[in-house]
Amino acid sequence: MSSDDIIDEITSREYEFGFTTNIESDKAPAGLNEDIIRLISHKKEEPEWLLNWRLEAFALWQKMTEPTWAHVQYVKPDFQAISYYAAPKKKVNLNSLDELDPELRKTMDKLGISMEEQKRLHGVAVDFVMDSVSVATSFKEKLGELGIIFCSMSEAIKEHPELVKKYMGTVVPRTDNFYAALNSAVFTDGSFCYIPKGVKCPMELSTYFRINEGGTGQFERTLVIADEGSYVSYLEGCTAPQRDENQLHAAVVELIALGDAEIKYSTVQNWYPGDKEGKGGVFNFVTKRGLCDGERSKISWTQVETGSAITWKYPSCILKGDHSVGEFYSVAVTNNMQQADTGTKMLHIGRNTKSTIISKGISAGKSQNSYRGLVHINKSAENARNFSQCDSLLMTDTCGAHTFPYIEIKNKTAKVEHEATTSKIGEDQIFYCLQRGLDEEQAISMIVNGYAKEVLNKLPMEFAVEAQKLLAISLEGSVG
Amino acid sequence: MLLDQVSQGISNDTAREALNTLELPTTRQEDWRYTRVGKLASEEWKWSTSNHPFDIRPFQINGINAHHIVLVDGKYRPDLSDQSELTGITLQASQESSAPVNGYRHFFEALSYALTTTHIKLDVAAKTNVGRIIHIIHATTEPHVISQPMITITCGESSYIHIIESFVSSQEIPAFTNRTLKIQIGKNASLNLDKIQQESDEHFLMNEERIHLDTDSRYTENTLTIDGGWIRNNTHVSMDGKNADANLHGIYLPRRKQHIDNHTLIDHRVPHCNSNELYKGLLNDHSTGVFNGKVYVQPDAQKTNAFQSNANILLSSDAQINTKPELEIYADDVKCSHGSTTGQIDENALFYLKARGLGDDTARRLLNSAFINDVLNKVENAFVRQYVIDDLVKKELLIG
Repeated sequence: MSSDDIIDEITSREYEFGFTTNIESDKAPAGLNEDIIRLISHKKEEPEWLLNWRLEAFALWQKMTEPTWAHVQYVKPDFQAISYYAAPKKKVNLNSLDELDPELRKTMDKLGISMEEQKRLHGVAVDFVMDSVSVATSFKEKLGELGIIFCSMSEAIKEHPELVKKYMGTVVPRTDNFYAALNSAVFTDGSFCYIPKGVKCPMELSTYFRINEGGTGQFERTLVIADEGSYVSYLEGCTAPQRDENQLHAAVVELIALGDAEIKYSTVQNWYPGDKEGKGGVFNFVTKRGLCDGERSKISWTQVETGSAITWKYPSCILKGDHSVGEFYSVAVTNNMQQADTGTKMLHIGRNTKSTIISKGISAGKSQNSYRGLVHINKSAENARNFSQCDSLLMTDTCGAHTFPYIEIKNKTAKVEHEATTSKIGEDQIFYCLQRGLDEEQAISMIVNGYAKEVLNKLPMEFAVEAQKLLAISLEGSVG
Repeated sequence: MLLDQVSQGISNDTAREALNTLELPTTRQEDWRYTRVGKLASEEWKWSTSNHPFDIRPFQINGINAHHIVLVDGKYRPDLSDQSELTGITLQASQESSAPVNGYRHFFEALSYALTTTHIKLDVAAKTNVGRIIHIIHATTEPHVISQPMITITCGESSYIHIIESFVSSQEIPAFTNRTLKIQIGKNASLNLDKIQQESDEHFLMNEERIHLDTDSRYTENTLTIDGGWIRNNTHVSMDGKNADANLHGIYLPRRKQHIDNHTLIDHRVPHCNSNELYKGLLNDHSTGVFNGKVYVQPDAQKTNAFQSNANILLSSDAQINTKPELEIYADDVKCSHGSTTGQIDENALFYLKARGLGDDTARRLLNSAFINDVLNKVENAFVRQYVIDDLVKKELLIG
């Protein structure tokens, strides 16, 4: 198979997860105004304080303008043409997955997240968010015994308002940016997780997001709180049906690690990237931020980004506690007409704080892939340490790979290193593999996997398998 | 404001138009994120009206065969400059300036075209090795003066020239030098430029540089910043012909409240070109440093090699460094890399030296010397290098 054939095959490959599910949904009319926000709040039976919180966010949002500094080009979404609430109509409180709507079950099976399997094999608790509403949370009772709260955001608002009130919006304030403000005004659901003092969560917690309904946006909010001395590993996955229009996904994720706590947050993002000509696809404008509040706390972000037409995403760590640690491991793959502007921010405030950034970008087709990062060492951050490595791999002569690292240092005891390289897969490397009996496709797959291994190794096992598969789908043979 | 004070007598129409539309840069603009111009804009500025005496001797470099061109307060001074005949090179001094080919990039560039105080044009004939070094001295003697010298250098095919530019003040006075440099290097030609910046703490220095390289040409620039209250070096190198080489090196040693900003852009437009950047900074007291290096590789520029490195040492807990090494790459068969490090003096190394009988101060200076030595070694001319080292030793920064 010549490399041209391989490229043809890859680029003509359909998005595997592009089905729609025929579930009747309850959808709000398109448009955004105070009434819609009242409607969302009313539908979700929310308390008064939250409605006010939303309305304030909406007022702030109206005064804001969209950020334009990212290295991406797109037609701005019409915020009045989007429906801000869509929920599967049948709504019952479920105790186990068996009670789930069969159509929904099929959706999950198609996504390859057979929950039964995962439950049995890996002991993963899954929260499934379709369009805007969380539909299933498995393993709830078992977690409950340990005092772990893992539920949908709307449930948390009802059952644990004191925790939500205390932490929501503290890491990503409503004034943070345009999309965070929008999300605060219209968020419909998401996941909530609280790990009590000293508890090591015995299983991976997982959320699956899916945009199903056409003409809707997804605005979910995730809040993870790890109390003193606790540990949690959290996984997030996402897909969307294949539609000609651009769908908007503007989520907010907030992580809070108190003293000695550790949060590991892994994402495999596989939103619909649009077709070969760049038609359709999800706009992924997400604000993710973690606060290492206590001493010796740790937050680790791992992401594998293969989807979305446009990605605008910078999972960050605020290292406030002394001796706290922030990590960011990322593989971002762009193909065809995809554009990604992604990276991280490490804000060192406490003493002896450490951060590591490993970013691997892979661009193919006519895509543009940018790393944008900030390492800020505050004056108070004695003995801060940062190491950053940003590598880019170029697959074709029509794609682009860019690095925009910002390094701001205000303390002389800081040790900061940054390095970046850009290269392509060498013909000599391919030749070496061909000599040893591998075909070109296998050779490229092997080289790319080796290149991304540093990051893939950081993923929990069951996610690593999925990520490797995704990498293979997105890239095999795309070398020119 | 700045413009009102200096706007009388603008003769260049395009520049006047540009000045009306361009605003003073603010920190909200990406290119000016870390450099404030507020103080510069709020000072009282005027044009120099008289010819002040100036002693160039402290700034001459011993041992070299140089032809001196002296500009005082932005104006060409034949009485202080060498008048001997130059072979293979023509020199013209005027006040005229035409518009830049690609438009004005910011307010200060337009300002410099609008009212050029002196325009020095150097034309190097083809196939000439200019034996003498051209040493241009930009001197400031009068308080509150704004100087806007412009230098245009055209290098003919297969020629070679070495230029030194010194930026100096006769005393501690607030002044503003807005210097524009345009260089066109012909096929297989080579140009070396050493910039020695020894300004006063109250001085503002804006350096705008555009360099175009034709096929097989070479350009080497050393930006040696010893002193200066506010310095912004904007270097824009455009690789227009294949197989060209560009090397940019720099040291900056800001102290007290000095602010040194190096912005470089290397635009790889054609295949088979190489670029190298090495900038090192030692920052003390309340000083701030900025390094922004951008390497742009256009879609056709295959086989590009671009390397960039920036290292900094913070000597004081009040010093700050902001660095942003950028790569923007649209071609696949390229080798590009950048690295940036920031740290402090290694305590173990310091202890080692002290254990061998060196005083704390000497030991620190020795480590400083070791840190910037590799950049100083890039300065090819030994006399220029020694001049810079001597000055840094005199200022108790390095060891002799």
